Amino acid sequence: MPETPSGASTATTTAAAPGVPTSTGVPPPERKPTVVERSQFQLVLRRFRQHRLAVAGLVVLILLVLLAYVGSAVWKYKFGAFTPDESAPPSFEHPFGTDSTGKDQFAQVLRGTQISLQIAVLVAFFSTLVGTVWGAVAGYFGGLTDTIMMRVTDLVLTLPLIAVAALLGHSVGGTWWLISLVIAGLYWAYVSRVARGVVLSLREKEFVEAARALGASDARIIARHLVPNALDAIIVNATVLVAVAILLETALSYLGFGVTVPDTSLGLLVSESQTALTTRPWLFYFPGLFIILIALSINFIGDGLRDALDPRQPRARQ
Amino acid sequence: MLAFATRRIVGSIPVLLVSSFVVFLLASLAGNPLGPLLARNPPPPPQTIAAETARLRLDDPLLSRYWQWLTGLFHGDFGPSVISTLDIGTELGARFLVTLRLIAVAMLVALVLAVVVGVVSAVKQYSITDYSATFLGFLFLSMPSFWLAILLKQAGIGFNLALGDQVIFTIGEATPNFQGSFWERIGDVAGHLVLPTISLALISYAAWSRYQRSSMLEVLNSDYVRLARAKGLSRTTVLVRHGLRTALIPLTTVTALDLAAIISGAVVTEQVFQWRGMGDFLLNAIRTDDVYATMAWLLVTATVVIGFNLLADLLYAVLDPRIRYA
Repeated sequence: MPETPSGASTATTTAAAPGVPTSTGVPPPERKPTVVERSQFQLVLRRFRQHRLAVAGLVVLILLVLLAYVGSAVWKYKFGAFTPDESAPPSFEHPFGTDSTGKDQFAQVLRGTQISLQIAVLVAFFSTLVGTVWGAVAGYFGGLTDTIMMRVTDLVLTLPLIAVAALLGHSVGGTWWLISLVIAGLYWAYVSRVARGVVLSLREKEFVEAARALGASDARIIARHLVPNALDAIIVNATVLVAVAILLETALSYLGFGVTVPDTSLGLLVSESQTALTTRPWLFYFPGLFIILIALSINFIGDGLRDALDPRQPRARQ
Repeated sequence: MLAFATRRIVGSIPVLLVSSFVVFLLASLAGNPLGPLLARNPPPPPQTIAAETARLRLDDPLLSRYWQWLTGLFHGDFGPSVISTLDIGTELGARFLVTLRLIAVAMLVALVLAVVVGVVSAVKQYSITDYSATFLGFLFLSMPSFWLAILLKQAGIGFNLALGDQVIFTIGEATPNFQGSFWERIGDVAGHLVLPTISLALISYAAWSRYQRSSMLEVLNSDYVRLARAKGLSRTTVLVRHGLRTALIPLTTVTALDLAAIISGAVVTEQVFQWRGMGDFLLNAIRTDDVYATMAWLLVTATVVIGFNLLADLLYAVLDPRIRYA
């Protein structure tokens, strides 16, 4: 059993070492390969590009990032600044109108978009990092370690997240990065469940056995053999989680337990404008549309990644 | 099966204990429940402050407070609320029924919607219907629940204005001090239920319908469905009796796992429609640093979620005879 070559690196070395002796002794003439060689990354990219909605999502997301950071830097009004126009409907001067105190809603929405995107990055980074390590360790060692570690994730998963997040948000106050840490502190549990599931099925595979036979330590097996193989599933799930996390922040801010004044967030903007829905509807619609745009583009990207990274699943488009 | 259920219930007790302790710590350290009292102007006499401190057990160390709370639970005492006249158990009980109404009806509607959309999508795979359903599903997945709820509320107001009569209600869970017969009362409650239910159901159905679609596709491509068609059964019979029955089984687990998320959604929905349900109870408790009220809410919800998950696991074994819990 240990002789069977397993893992990509071993396979290439065994194939290269003996060389391929040609029986005639004459080297065959160079022939143009009819099959173009493609790396794993190129294959994934190709499959992703075939998912039109995912590509559209990616384009929209990039545009949103540009708009939020470059756009807000060059836009003539800064967020939180008062202009002389009060309750103005959308115009060239104020594309999204102004509120009753004269704040330019476009600048406000751009700031809210920044917050949502920053939360997306922080939550994606921390929850993936912690969740992957946690789930991989639990799945690899199994037994009592697994039971105890997964009970800890159960603690998080049995409570409605909004309740715990509101409680924590209430105590840490309204800065965006603390709120995103709170959200990441809850969402890692979902990532860990996914990571554990994949690692559980991988740890019995021959390549893990081979690595162990070669004398690799547990840490090395987890970091170099298991996590890279589980990454596909983790990335796909993390993408969807990020969309959920953005929605959770807007809900928290809407309820008053998230980002608070003097800063602003898309949820807070909706909450401030809901009473003026009939008189100043532009204040209500634009922040909501931006939330949908951000979450929708991320969800489509996630769907495209699922198709691209997991070709076993039925393809979305033939 | 009884042994399995017992083991699961016993196994969930440590989870509940540890999580209640962690949340108790967090809630107790979050803020000062005496805040509003101390901020009062003119300042209250020291005796009042001392009495309130003692009533809220703030003199005792944290561990002792947790122990008192835990032992109190066994004789139905949820601990003192910041509002001295409020009995947490009674209040939460009344609000539980209000929220249960919303969640139960919304889940039922969402499930029916998810199954119908999922099955139609699967049967007409890669058709316009399928693509539209997929797009709509993603749209609702990406929509903030409060935004949708506010929109629906506005639509409801417009609907009533157009009709010139209050048909659907946009505020509250029932008309306060409603006078009328039993049936009129049911009608009143139903009128209040329409918009929050639609809003919560639309937010929740999307993920389930995607799940139902893929599980139905898997079943439709299986050998036994092909056999059923081959032996001459009609398309409808195969779809419903052989396909759907099997494809519904995985949905029980997904539904149970999503209950916590639906409760989260209900908290937001109740807030928009100003229901005096559990959501309002929780948010007020957190705002006023009402530790024991927050604890009671979380305890009740966690118990319901754990119980529901257990029920789903047992149901799974009943529906799918291959699953046996030894």
